[in-house]
Amino acid sequence: MLPGFAPTLGLTLFVLSVLVVIPLGGLFVKASGLSLAQDAALLATPRVASAFRLSFGLAFAAALLNGFAGIFIAWVLERYRFPGRRALDALVDLPFALPTAVAGITFAALYAHNGWIGALLQPFGVQVSYTRVGIFLALVFVGLPYVIRSVQPVLADLEREAEEAALTLGAGSAQILARVIAPPLIPALLTGMALAFARGVGEYGSVIFIAGNMPGLTEILPLVIVIRLEQYDYAGAALLASVMLVASFVVLLAINLLGLWSRRRHGA
Amino acid sequence: MARETGIGESRTLRAALIAGSAGFLILFLVLPLAFLASEAFAAGFAAYVRSLGTPDTLAAIRLTLLVAAIAVPANTLFGLAASWCIAKFEFPGKNLLLTLIDLPISVSPVIAGLVFVLIFGAQGWLGPILSAHGIRVIFAVPGLVIATVFVTLPFVARQLIPLMQEQGLAEEECALVLGATGWQTFWRVTLPNIRWALLYGVLLCNARVMGEFGAVSVVSGHIRGATMTMPLQVEALYQDYNVVAAFALASLLALLALITLVIKRLLEWSHQGEIGSAGSA
Repeated sequence: MLPGFAPTLGLTLFVLSVLVVIPLGGLFVKASGLSLAQDAALLATPRVASAFRLSFGLAFAAALLNGFAGIFIAWVLERYRFPGRRALDALVDLPFALPTAVAGITFAALYAHNGWIGALLQPFGVQVSYTRVGIFLALVFVGLPYVIRSVQPVLADLEREAEEAALTLGAGSAQILARVIAPPLIPALLTGMALAFARGVGEYGSVIFIAGNMPGLTEILPLVIVIRLEQYDYAGAALLASVMLVASFVVLLAINLLGLWSRRRHGA
Repeated sequence: MARETGIGESRTLRAALIAGSAGFLILFLVLPLAFLASEAFAAGFAAYVRSLGTPDTLAAIRLTLLVAAIAVPANTLFGLAASWCIAKFEFPGKNLLLTLIDLPISVSPVIAGLVFVLIFGAQGWLGPILSAHGIRVIFAVPGLVIATVFVTLPFVARQLIPLMQEQGLAEEECALVLGATGWQTFWRVTLPNIRWALLYGVLLCNARVMGEFGAVSVVSGHIRGATMTMPLQVEALYQDYNVVAAFALASLLALLALITLVIKRLLEWSHQGEIGSAGSA
């Protein structure tokens, strides 16, 4: 028997309790300080309701685009050889490592009327910075690696023999895609999209610079929480945060169930 | 030329897929980075250096280094302890523990800051006791450290746990049977086996610590020269329309991110299989 179980488990449990469990529990306690009627009233405020729709809706839209683009990008990076492939592949992790505020000011300025892309769009009357499109682009950036990085290892593990066998047996490209390649990819795709979605809902730094932050229009949910806090409405901030957290829990649970489902299906 | 392995798709389709994918990645990753660099040096190299040398910016850099000097070792220690007990032992509730370790990743950074304001803030549960003893946590350095540690808690642990589970405990048991003590086993057997994964975990954790924005923004109070970390200073400069200075400071953080990615790649090439499942974070 290896030594060190009790102290390491003890330290782990202590840190998790003090830093994660108690603070998050306190959040729910604080939120429950409001009556249900007050809860409903706060959540039904047009400003709050619109922030919920905006954050969840755009995070979902960004996850969809990332899911769609991510499948193609993962396929290209994994299966084809072309100059610059390695550099692009390495760069996919950039949104994991680049500070959100840095991404935020870069995207805001890039798409502003005097930025490289904003200036190109200006003549066509297209405005991106300080609109929902801008928020969407920032969320696409933030969620970009998740689908690619969860699909890539599955593509790499696919047995080429299965594809070749299907070819010899007379299957067409479309059939191979649908019957051989797609089934194991779908769970990885869904997992990646769920992670990108969860990240997008709570994203703050990369969004607030490009968002314009107009209440009811381009104000995201995390910003509404910050504003409540700055007005010393601790209970209101805690309630909004709790509702967001519960939503994240549901997504996490869904991710775990997806993992279970995929393992069972493919007997790994 | 290396043999390409497709499913019999035409050359045109391949070319189109490559062009589309590369275009997407260039639009979202390469172009922003190039723009960032061009903005940082828009007023020339001298202005770049000068803007980094202002007292507030230097104070922000110093504070970020201080926070990292506390938060990174703390998370490394936690990551080692957590991966040791989870990967090397069987006990009930392990999956719950893993979920708890992952939890900070899916919590919005704003909420991460908020929970500590609720505890340590002036109107928080511990606020009255702390202020009676003259201790400041929120709007001060301790709050920045605590919020940062929360947000980056999982990074080292997540890098180590899958790898250590894969490696099992045969080598450690061997060392113990041969008469090594527990510490000797850890230093001479376990640590050499996990060093590259540990290095990458620490580097990624460090990049996240230095770049953390949402959580520290909530607990910082934005006191210039005192509680502004580098990302908060980037925000302040940008909102002051001091765009060159904002992008100059941002370029340092971007450089840190790029170096982290390059080291990750180098580790993957030179020590394949020793840094664990390619770290998604």
